[in-house]
Amino acid sequence: FAGLADVSISGEVPVEGEITVPVSSHAPDEDFSTLDEPVRDTIMRDLKAVGKKFIHVMYPKKSSALLRDWDLWGPLVLCVSLALMLQGGAADSKDDGGPQFAEVFVIIWFGAVVITLNSKLLGGTISFFQSLCVLGYCVLPLTVAMLVCRLVLLAGAGTISFIIRLIVVVAMFGWSTLASTAFLADSQPPNRKALVVYPIFLFYFVISWMILTFTPQ
Amino acid sequence: RWGRARGAARGRAERALTLSAPAQGGGSAVIDMENMDDTSGSSFEDMGEMHQRMKEEEEDEAAEGEAGAAEEEDGEFLGMKGLRGQLGRQVADQVWQVGKKQASRAFSLYANIDILRPYFDVEPVQVRTRLLESMIPVKMINFPQKIAGELYGPLMLVFTLVAILLHGMKTSDTIIREGTLMGTAIGTCFGYWLGVSSFIYFLAYLCNAQITMVQMLSLLGYGLFGHCITLFVTYNIHFHSLFYIFWLGVGGLSTLRMVAVLVSRTVGHTQRLILCGTLAALHMLFLLYLHFAYHKVVEGILDTLEGPNMPPFQRVARDIPVVSNAVLNTTAKAIALTL
Repeated sequence: FAGLADVSISGEVPVEGEITVPVSSHAPDEDFSTLDEPVRDTIMRDLKAVGKKFIHVMYPKKSSALLRDWDLWGPLVLCVSLALMLQGGAADSKDDGGPQFAEVFVIIWFGAVVITLNSKLLGGTISFFQSLCVLGYCVLPLTVAMLVCRLVLLAGAGTISFIIRLIVVVAMFGWSTLASTAFLADSQPPNRKALVVYPIFLFYFVISWMILTFTPQ
Repeated sequence: RWGRARGAARGRAERALTLSAPAQGGGSAVIDMENMDDTSGSSFEDMGEMHQRMKEEEEDEAAEGEAGAAEEEDGEFLGMKGLRGQLGRQVADQVWQVGKKQASRAFSLYANIDILRPYFDVEPVQVRTRLLESMIPVKMINFPQKIAGELYGPLMLVFTLVAILLHGMKTSDTIIREGTLMGTAIGTCFGYWLGVSSFIYFLAYLCNAQITMVQMLSLLGYGLFGHCITLFVTYNIHFHSLFYIFWLGVGGLSTLRMVAVLVSRTVGHTQRLILCGTLAALHMLFLLYLHFAYHKVVEGILDTLEGPNMPPFQRVARDIPVVSNAVLNTTAKAIALTL
């Protein structure tokens, strides 16, 4: 600093030059102000993101797209459709033991919150909403199983249909658990993976049980 | 609102004092907004106090000049002068900031899940060991037994019990009119775990037993392992005597374990008797209740072994088909007969 003491810049020296702000491409500008774009663009962008995540769930690879850009649209759509399909059908019957919409909804979200809290308490590095996002998206195979079960039940409710439904539900349950484990277990310390996987197993087991024991009136 | 803040500032000297204290990060700044007196006169000490604080917050005044000007109309409407309007505004601002700081501090204290983190610090091997140990009663009751204050295992066991109850309720005739199946199961299991733990902890406090709340929760939670096994087996094999064997055997073992641990931590015969008697009764009765309240034994199936011409169950909504249950039942009965 001592050397700089005798450096003096006189005020008369004009500073010359060019200041050019590099004009970047058009796209970053649009990212900052998405208010001006047409609604169709916004919706298509969100739909594409949701669709991409669905594909990630069906083919679980170790990609971080699900984790990085989390969104809760997909889980909401899946949860609502599953709850609608699980409606007892005979809403006015006194003996209706079928799960109501609210029951399924609450089970899914409450279960997901509990699993997230558990994984965070066990030392997980994943954030709250990222975990909710993953668990919600991994309900997709079970929703597909529900669709298949409903179609099979249209054909009849005998032993064969039960066996088919059992196989389908068990397969989808395994797929769901594996998919969510693939995403969530990496964020845990390696020796505690089993502790995190068990609640996920229980959660999807309860949902699979509700699907398997569904009989339309 | 500004009028009330001003009333608070001017009306009470002690309130004014407490207002200034939190600026240094001290005690609470609870303002009783209900007892405001807008028309109370100001004392000279209060005005001096106000001037003092005004000087301290001089840098904010420029920013709030416009706001103060806007408040002047408010002040005139309430019959106060512009100066007091500005003061009131600053006081209200300070109250807001202090309140926000307090709220965020309280929030970060109570909503911080890190409080629970030490109770979840377990390895899978430890959980498995504790699960197995919960069925083995200890023999050494003269020496206080160690209880691990861990909440992961008990919480998972309670959820497992909920899942097993759901399974049991759906394969039987239980019709829940009010409330949902899931709500009932969760309410029962969590209610038992938390309620009975608290009650026994209270009794332990009365009987001078050395146990903390977390340890009690952990002990009772692991005691539910026996319940889980019993219910899982007997919901699938509807065999009355089998249930009683499991009730006495498995339920009894886990109860004995809990009782032994408690006895080792209590002195005095009467206290031990009260504590352990209550716990044993509640634990065993809960298993009995779960089996009979949630499961209706269809005795016709056991009596009529007619093979494929079996009459279907009188069931509602959903059930698993008759075939698998009948097969299990007949197998169990056949085994019992051959034994």
